Amino acid sequence: MKKKLLSFFSILIFSAAPIISFTGCGSDAEATNTLIVLNYGKYIDADVLKRFQKETGITVKYEEYEQVEDMYAKYKAGSINYDVICTSDYMIETLRKEDELIPIDYSSLPNYKNIDKQIVDASAAFDPTHEYTVPYFYGTVGILYNNQMVDEETVSSWDALWNPDYKNKIVMINSQRDAMMVALEKLGYDINTTDKKQLDEAYDLLCKEKKYVYAYLQDETYECMISEDAAMAVCYSGEAAMGMEYNENLEYTVPKEGGNLWIDSWFVPRTCKHYDAAMKWIDFMCEEEAATTNFEYVWYATPNTKVAAHEDEETLADETVFPTKETLSRCKLYEAYDDETLNYTTNLWKKLKAY
Amino acid sequence: MNNRFKTSFLAAPYALWVLICTILPLLYILGYALTSSTGSFTLANLTAIADPVHLKSLWLSIKVAFLTTVICLVIAYPVALILHNLKITNKGFIVFMFILPMWMNFMLRILAWQIILSNNGILNSILSAVGLPTLHILYTKSAVTLGMVYDFLPYMILPIYNALSKINDQVIEAAADLGANWLTTFTKITIPLSKDGIISGIIMVFVPALSSFVVSNLLGGGKVLLIGNVIEQEFTLARNWNLGSGLSIILMIFVILSMSIMNKVDDSENGGMLV
Repeated sequence: MKKKLLSFFSILIFSAAPIISFTGCGSDAEATNTLIVLNYGKYIDADVLKRFQKETGITVKYEEYEQVEDMYAKYKAGSINYDVICTSDYMIETLRKEDELIPIDYSSLPNYKNIDKQIVDASAAFDPTHEYTVPYFYGTVGILYNNQMVDEETVSSWDALWNPDYKNKIVMINSQRDAMMVALEKLGYDINTTDKKQLDEAYDLLCKEKKYVYAYLQDETYECMISEDAAMAVCYSGEAAMGMEYNENLEYTVPKEGGNLWIDSWFVPRTCKHYDAAMKWIDFMCEEEAATTNFEYVWYATPNTKVAAHEDEETLADETVFPTKETLSRCKLYEAYDDETLNYTTNLWKKLKAY
Repeated sequence: MNNRFKTSFLAAPYALWVLICTILPLLYILGYALTSSTGSFTLANLTAIADPVHLKSLWLSIKVAFLTTVICLVIAYPVALILHNLKITNKGFIVFMFILPMWMNFMLRILAWQIILSNNGILNSILSAVGLPTLHILYTKSAVTLGMVYDFLPYMILPIYNALSKINDQVIEAAADLGANWLTTFTKITIPLSKDGIISGIIMVFVPALSSFVVSNLLGGGKVLLIGNVIEQEFTLARNWNLGSGLSIILMIFVILSMSIMNKVDDSENGGMLV
């Protein structure tokens, strides 16, 4: 009898457990004090995260993703109600067109004045009315190379990635849009082309490149370059700057054909349940100290004008971190693909990986 | 009556577990697989396996899983035999030694292989130190196969070792008494009697190897696209859950097929032995 009772209670507990936890989620005490953040991997200094929680008393549930398409998939899966997200320009444009963004209350962001007006203006490409975004970092896509294995002349053109001399010494970027951009630049086409013939040509070119590629990487690129496992890698400028910190043979360049300028920004999605906390978060990211700490961790160009005062001249003159006007003039922002083109390129990417 | 009531009562938590963690997810997958993104019924997600990209990665998965299984078997059988013949009284210790690496996180163990196999890795440093040409292994199919063999080997050794432990030594002695040499005893007695272990070992290696995607992610450098990777990317990158589910169902069919073939082999040989 005792046993029976015991098992009866265990069933009760089993079946009640989901209900208990569900009500737990909905309770107000937790709701006002949490914030669910979604950001790129390796894109914040852990101390900043800690300090935010300590100073505001808000518990942050911090989640990361690697590729921008992963972020979209995570968000669209709908199982987590993200409060604030950081992602790249063209993805923000996609979400804006899908009406997934909530306007930001700029008056509640005292530190917003720290943000460089020029970058805000450049953001008009994906946020034309300037209601939804606050820039976080920006940078370029280029080639990080080891000057002991490759000379500067070779990497001045994207052609370097198709050079048989560097078979198994080339790291290609593991991101469909950026990989496509490289091939399109080499062909001399617009990086935002939706012409299927041009995209097909770019795909063929990437297939030809595959036999020279050591690996398709993204967050592991700089480790691979530091250990000199590869001679050159297509990567983001910050990834390059981080690698150059550890290995003095590494250099970074944006090839002459041109590349991509990207701006990563914070925005508030429709799923937001903690709007005030989200505003506090965005404001905190614009704060002088937090922005400086983050900058010294990720090494991307910061739109925060207050950071420069904390850096030495060498850093400020570093063209990898802060692209020159000449470099920027060769770079373009991505425009969001329409559904058809997106599916088409996603399919090409899959074919390339299976090739 | 009372007893039966008690049994079904006690089984309830497990039934609930199976319902929530096995049956419901399967129904969900089936539901996604048989519908299009707009929700209408379709078989397109299942027939999508005929797409050259999917066929190619399925074929590659089968090849890699087969090779992994064969290599595991070739390594595991002698190891199990040696372990069995070692006169150690504490058999639990042996099992412990093979389970020990599993205490470490699986991702960590595979990441260690990255460091060993990379262009300037440990292996190539040793090779160049002794004057041998270096090898390009990391981010190839060989690296993926190696990672899988390393990961799945214990699942092959343990069942074979178990089966060998169950063989009555007197049977071996009887064979020797009747004039069988070592080789005959091995092929006519030891192998048939350990067949159950071999078969469960094969299933335990082949099935997870067929659907694996983590090893190829870490050691394939984005160049080795197994069917598991295709499914993973449909769920994440391409966010086409319907296609991902459809391909999962196809993969499940392949798993069931390979398991039933193995069971067939098992049955027929049992029959053969009776005759």
